[in-house]
Amino acid sequence: MGFEVLLKGNNFIRLLGGLGVALYISLISVAISIVFGIILGALMSLKNPVINAFSRVYLEIVRIMPQMVLLFIVYFGATKVLGINLSAEVSAVIVFSFWGIAEMSDLVRGALSGIDRIQYESSMALGMNTMQTYIHVIIPQIIRRLIPLSINLITRMIKTTSLVMMIGIVEVLKVGQQIIEANRKSSPNAAFGVFATIFLLYFLACYPISVLSKYLEKKWEN
Amino acid sequence: MNFEIIKEYMPLYIKAFMLTIRIGWMGIALSFVIGVISAFIMHFKIPIASKAVKVYIEIFRNTPLLVQLFFVYFGLPKIGIRISAEACGVIGLGLLGGSYMAESIRSGLGAVKVSQTEGALALGMTKGQLFRSVILPQAFTLSVPAVIANVIFLLKETSVFSAISLMDLMFTAKDLIGLYYNTTECLFMLVFFYIIMLLPVSVIGSIIEKKTGFKMFGE
Repeated sequence: MGFEVLLKGNNFIRLLGGLGVALYISLISVAISIVFGIILGALMSLKNPVINAFSRVYLEIVRIMPQMVLLFIVYFGATKVLGINLSAEVSAVIVFSFWGIAEMSDLVRGALSGIDRIQYESSMALGMNTMQTYIHVIIPQIIRRLIPLSINLITRMIKTTSLVMMIGIVEVLKVGQQIIEANRKSSPNAAFGVFATIFLLYFLACYPISVLSKYLEKKWEN
Repeated sequence: MNFEIIKEYMPLYIKAFMLTIRIGWMGIALSFVIGVISAFIMHFKIPIASKAVKVYIEIFRNTPLLVQLFFVYFGLPKIGIRISAEACGVIGLGLLGGSYMAESIRSGLGAVKVSQTEGALALGMTKGQLFRSVILPQAFTLSVPAVIANVIFLLKETSVFSAISLMDLMFTAKDLIGLYYNTTECLFMLVFFYIIMLLPVSVIGSIIEKKTGFKMFGE
């Protein structure tokens, strides 16, 4: 079946290393997305017409452009048009952050607009000032809503980073192909075993995170 | 930007565009069928089938399409299952989309209020009438936004097909860049065709969302 290839030498360790590269890129992108997404989301809820127009165009671009197209534009386009030579890793982080910031800002905006006016009014009636209202009433509620959604964003980011092999980053799929090629003679069926293993590895990486996200969402439901 | 080059490449891109659309919509149709069936199985809690559907959904929601395609296209032939690249794309997209559609439709069915069921039963409707004239129309309205989001997501995912050597937009762009190095024109056309493909869906989608929104009752 081709699973025996993985037991040869350090093949399995290499495969895990490849998965590590993908996870590393997605974690950096998620960190950037969460920080800037929160800032942009907060700005969007100010209802400033200029910011709103800008964010609508930005969100629509992200909504309709495949991440793969964005990867190509940044990786190949930046070199040709702007003359900047970006490494594949840097372009991947730029693209996935660009995508993630849009997703995150939309989540933040949704969470902010989902809070009833009553919350603000009641805190004011209790004699809290704006600062206190936000610190003690609004922000704790937003954090509760956002944490499950941002965890969910991590799994989506991990799934999306599988695309980076298309711009030549050596991640888990690429390592898998290398292993298959290297063992073409000795085990011709390696493709099945290796790709099945990669399939399973991705599942093992994403499934616990989605379960956690669902659990927190249920737990914190009002 | 050289418009002569764009004119020259146009037929290639149109061919790729047609292929992308054909496979994309076939995959989406398949995903819709799988999604509706799975959602009904889960909603009615059919004993063994609903467990199987849950496992299917978790597997496909937690792995990337690229990995699924590689497994089906390169992995399965080694154990004797051979599928053409096009069929592979349709099946891959259908299975991935089915898991997303199932979740959206199921949550639509689940979001119809209990009072609606109780009211209909109090009026003397049979189970069949209840489902057909009360639950289904409301569930449809409730799941429209998520289903539209899924359609857009799936159309975007078609860009992954180039990895299993289907001659789609992405493949054509990469190929032409590699052959002639007219990067600017190739990327411009790539973006242009994806906008043609997805902007109408996005716009029509939000119109449908608004139109169907009025049918909600009791809000």
